[in-house]
Amino acid sequence: MTTTHFAYNFAFLDEDTKRMLRRALLKAVAIPGYQVPFGSREMPLPYGWGTGGIQVTAALLGPDDVLKVIDQGADDTTNAVNIRRFFSRIAGVATTEHTADATLIQTRHRIPETSLREDQILVFQVPEPEPLRTLEPREAETRTLHALADYGLMHVKLYEDIAQYGHIATSYDYPVLVDGRFLTSPSPIPKFDNPKLDRSPALMLFGAGREKRLYAIPPYTQVQSLAFEDHPFEIQHWEHQCELCGSGESYLDEVVVDDRGTRMFVCSDTDFCSGRRLEAQA
Amino acid sequence: MSALLQVRELSRHYGLRVGCEDVSFELHPGELLCIVGESGSGKSTLLNTVAAQLSPSSGSVRYRQRSGHWLELGALSEADRRRLAREEWGFVTQNPRDGLRLNVSAGANVAERLMALGMRNYSQLRHIARGWLERVEIDPSRIDDAPTSFSGGMQQRLQIARTLVTQPRLVFMDEPTAGLDVSVQARILDLLRRLVNELGLAAVMVTHDLAVARLLAARTIVMQGGRVVETGLTDQILDDPQHPYTQLLVSSVLTT
Repeated sequence: MTTTHFAYNFAFLDEDTKRMLRRALLKAVAIPGYQVPFGSREMPLPYGWGTGGIQVTAALLGPDDVLKVIDQGADDTTNAVNIRRFFSRIAGVATTEHTADATLIQTRHRIPETSLREDQILVFQVPEPEPLRTLEPREAETRTLHALADYGLMHVKLYEDIAQYGHIATSYDYPVLVDGRFLTSPSPIPKFDNPKLDRSPALMLFGAGREKRLYAIPPYTQVQSLAFEDHPFEIQHWEHQCELCGSGESYLDEVVVDDRGTRMFVCSDTDFCSGRRLEAQA
Repeated sequence: MSALLQVRELSRHYGLRVGCEDVSFELHPGELLCIVGESGSGKSTLLNTVAAQLSPSSGSVRYRQRSGHWLELGALSEADRRRLAREEWGFVTQNPRDGLRLNVSAGANVAERLMALGMRNYSQLRHIARGWLERVEIDPSRIDDAPTSFSGGMQQRLQIARTLVTQPRLVFMDEPTAGLDVSVQARILDLLRRLVNELGLAAVMVTHDLAVARLLAARTIVMQGGRVVETGLTDQILDDPQHPYTQLLVSSVLTT
């Protein structure tokens, strides 16, 4: 273990703050989907860049952990590179880009394509933990609605989608019901990833830094995506395959490659894509 | 026939000021009761206290459920109070903007209470919403339009549709026709009278307009300074007022 920055405590946060976070996380795991308030700290990155996720990661990291950070599925974008480098400098932990090698994965807006295991933890960065917020601006009221499990309101939004677009047009941050009880925001992951939340072997933790809320989906918990009887939940489908690895079952990004509007479709999960390409070469 | 709602010596104070004081009445199924009085006489306070939106300072309100079981509203938990408001009651506010959800379409406004009751079939929700728009004389083709694009009278009719769609047994209305011009008022009153008859629902309506009471209500309560000064059959009260304040109210109506 290399501790290069002695001026900071291991993993940046002081031990008391980590204890506070761990207690909040234990409560979150005990009540699946319930938003637990916590004392969010100032972190050396702006709100909206993952201050919630980074605090959860800091509270969980041990010297033997192997950390992977992804942003929209990619390991090599600014947000991912910065957070990964931050923890390797401030905690001296090993980092990886391979999903299978990681013990802790902090993610922004995706769940890796590679299936997760029981010994892995996924940490989500959450901008708005309250799924009812756009419909009900009063915090006191949304808390009451959660307490009474009074969730008819969420279907108003889905109704509006169908009325306006003919189908449920919500394509990311698609509301779910955790353990048949709490209406929960899965963070802005595409709804393509929603089925991966259901009965996942890995622990899933969610941190919202600005809103000061933590919540959790414990391993093997039932997670149900809301829908209507005659408009069931559906994930995205593409007519294309990944142009790099040929995958037909992964989440694809559409990339404009020149100024004449030529497009290509590639896997959003860079580790999954490069792994498949290596396999094909071998 | 046994009553639906029993109000006993109900008082509501705001600190030292009196909202309403020592009010008692009964409401029977299928009956429409009007509460009249000038502005500040405690009408709305009484309505909100009876509808369990304000807690009473003293006195009691009892409501007989569909099951025939009597509920003491003061002892109700928040969860039960909301369930009651959702499943058996309706509330129409004076300003439709308070009662409507303005950022979603007219159809969603009508369907919201049905979804709150657990209906999860989109085409069925659409079908019912269309039917109700028609019933309150809104063109069903406007089902996907925002209520903000509706006129004041249409918004009020939309609010009535949204409230009645779950077929409540008891509806509270707080000056539903105030602030609308006279011809629109007449249409809404006509509509209300028709729906109340069709659905056989009981209603408590607050109004400052004696003509509204005359048109709709069999019985009327007259309030002044938070107290009931006269109560009885509407025609009797309006044609032969006993209390000096009622006489003043009746005589101050413009006649042509």
